[in-house]
Amino acid sequence: MARVDLKNVSLNYHTLAGEVKALEGINLAISDQEFVAIVGQSGCGKSTLLSLISGLLKPTRGSVFIDDEEVQGPSKRVGYMLQNDYLFEWRTILDNALLGLEIRREKTPQAVEEVKAMLQAYGLGGFEHYYPSQLSGGMRQRVALIRTLATKPDVLLLDEPFSALDYQNRLSVGEEVVKILRERKKTVIMVTHDIPEAVSMANRVVVMTPRPGRIRSIHRIKMCDEGLTPLQTREKPQFREYFTTIWKELNRDD
Amino acid sequence: MIEDGVSPEHLAYLRSLRLKAALVRTTQILLLIGLFILWEVAAARGWINAFIFSQPTRIWAALVRLYREDGLWRHLGWTVGETVLGFTVGTAAGIVIAVVLWWSEFFSQVMDPYIVVLNSIPKVALGPIFIVWLGTTITAVVAMAIAVSIIVTIMMMHTGFKEVDPNKVKLVRTFGASKGQVLWKVIIPASIPTMIAALKVNVGLSLVGTIVGEFLASKAGLGYLIVYGGQVFNMSLVMASVLLLLAVSVVLYYAVSFLEERVTKGRQ
Repeated sequence: MARVDLKNVSLNYHTLAGEVKALEGINLAISDQEFVAIVGQSGCGKSTLLSLISGLLKPTRGSVFIDDEEVQGPSKRVGYMLQNDYLFEWRTILDNALLGLEIRREKTPQAVEEVKAMLQAYGLGGFEHYYPSQLSGGMRQRVALIRTLATKPDVLLLDEPFSALDYQNRLSVGEEVVKILRERKKTVIMVTHDIPEAVSMANRVVVMTPRPGRIRSIHRIKMCDEGLTPLQTREKPQFREYFTTIWKELNRDD
Repeated sequence: MIEDGVSPEHLAYLRSLRLKAALVRTTQILLLIGLFILWEVAAARGWINAFIFSQPTRIWAALVRLYREDGLWRHLGWTVGETVLGFTVGTAAGIVIAVVLWWSEFFSQVMDPYIVVLNSIPKVALGPIFIVWLGTTITAVVAMAIAVSIIVTIMMMHTGFKEVDPNKVKLVRTFGASKGQVLWKVIIPASIPTMIAALKVNVGLSLVGTIVGEFLASKAGLGYLIVYGGQVFNMSLVMASVLLLLAVSVVLYYAVSFLEERVTKGRQ
């Protein structure tokens, strides 16, 4: 059974200037605990795809299913991490991490304890009452991850989650995040334009065409299936081969 | 940066900075004192007509008389009370209306030209209307103070609400937030700095409204004293009242600044 199932999904935008086809005929089934990376050029609708899965947008045609249930709106099963951490500067770290629970009215004393334990476990113990401006970029990104995990989603949508970090941090935070997500047995769909990032983290890399976004090809990455971490994967000789193949796919004109 | 031990060069640099700051402050104070002395001497020597221009010692005497005989605190109390009431109500109502505009895109589009037109009217021109409608009472004065501050508040807050990062809204929507939750969890807290800015603008504006209101319809307050002093040609009373007004506006401004520090503590 597929955890997330996109069936013949298309989406058109309407603007004053006319109608824009953002996505066309997307079919993609993602199984439980799989990590799928979606790569494509800017404006190919890959972020739109995440908005559809999260229920923020409705497809023009086709349907999105999560656990065989059609997505009608934002669902408890899905957690969404945006390009920046978007921590609220007026909330402390703990209160930021509790935001999702608060909105879902699930902020029980037990849930608060769990979030505190998570902060502790991920190197943020003692920072609960700090404000976001006092933390480094990597720490902020971890708070954003905990905020997403706090509501216990099965499926995580990551929209270029490391693009706001510098290169050094991007590798180490990426390593940590993948470790955490595997430990917690999450199903992950990540959008990125960074091919090495996609190859190093994902079980499968989906290449999309420029607008209207269609699936051009799907690549299974062996290293991730074998349980290697992103940094270990980057050291493998096959890493370059995958990179070259996907890079060529991305730049192909058809 | 050198961590341990402070070099003599750095000490000298710090000392020169402090010296510069002290020099600026001293000059500012001397300038003020100099102006007052010049004013005093010019009036005493007959270079200027003290009856028309008044004189620091006469202003002081007028202040003392006001304090002993004419209820200095009562006048100050009226003006401060009317101003605070005016800007509290003006700001609060302005924020509520801005929330309504944010909530309904349709309503906001309908209201847009009306707000622009209302904003361009010099609000003090409405003074006589308020007096006819509300009588020569404190209500008319407060209405005046509200009138000058409310439209600006609506415009500032509505713009502020619309400028909140849409991604922050998107973030809470991914958690399934309702429109009310978007308002309370994101829009309002994100707009606190804008609210403080509106408050700062409104303190000054409401004081203008109050004084104009008191000019037109009042038996007490600094505006009343200024008009009364002018009518009986008691320029010392007018000047004394203007100085008091200055003090009131400074105190109110710093009260809001103090509030700002308290509220924004911990934020970037």
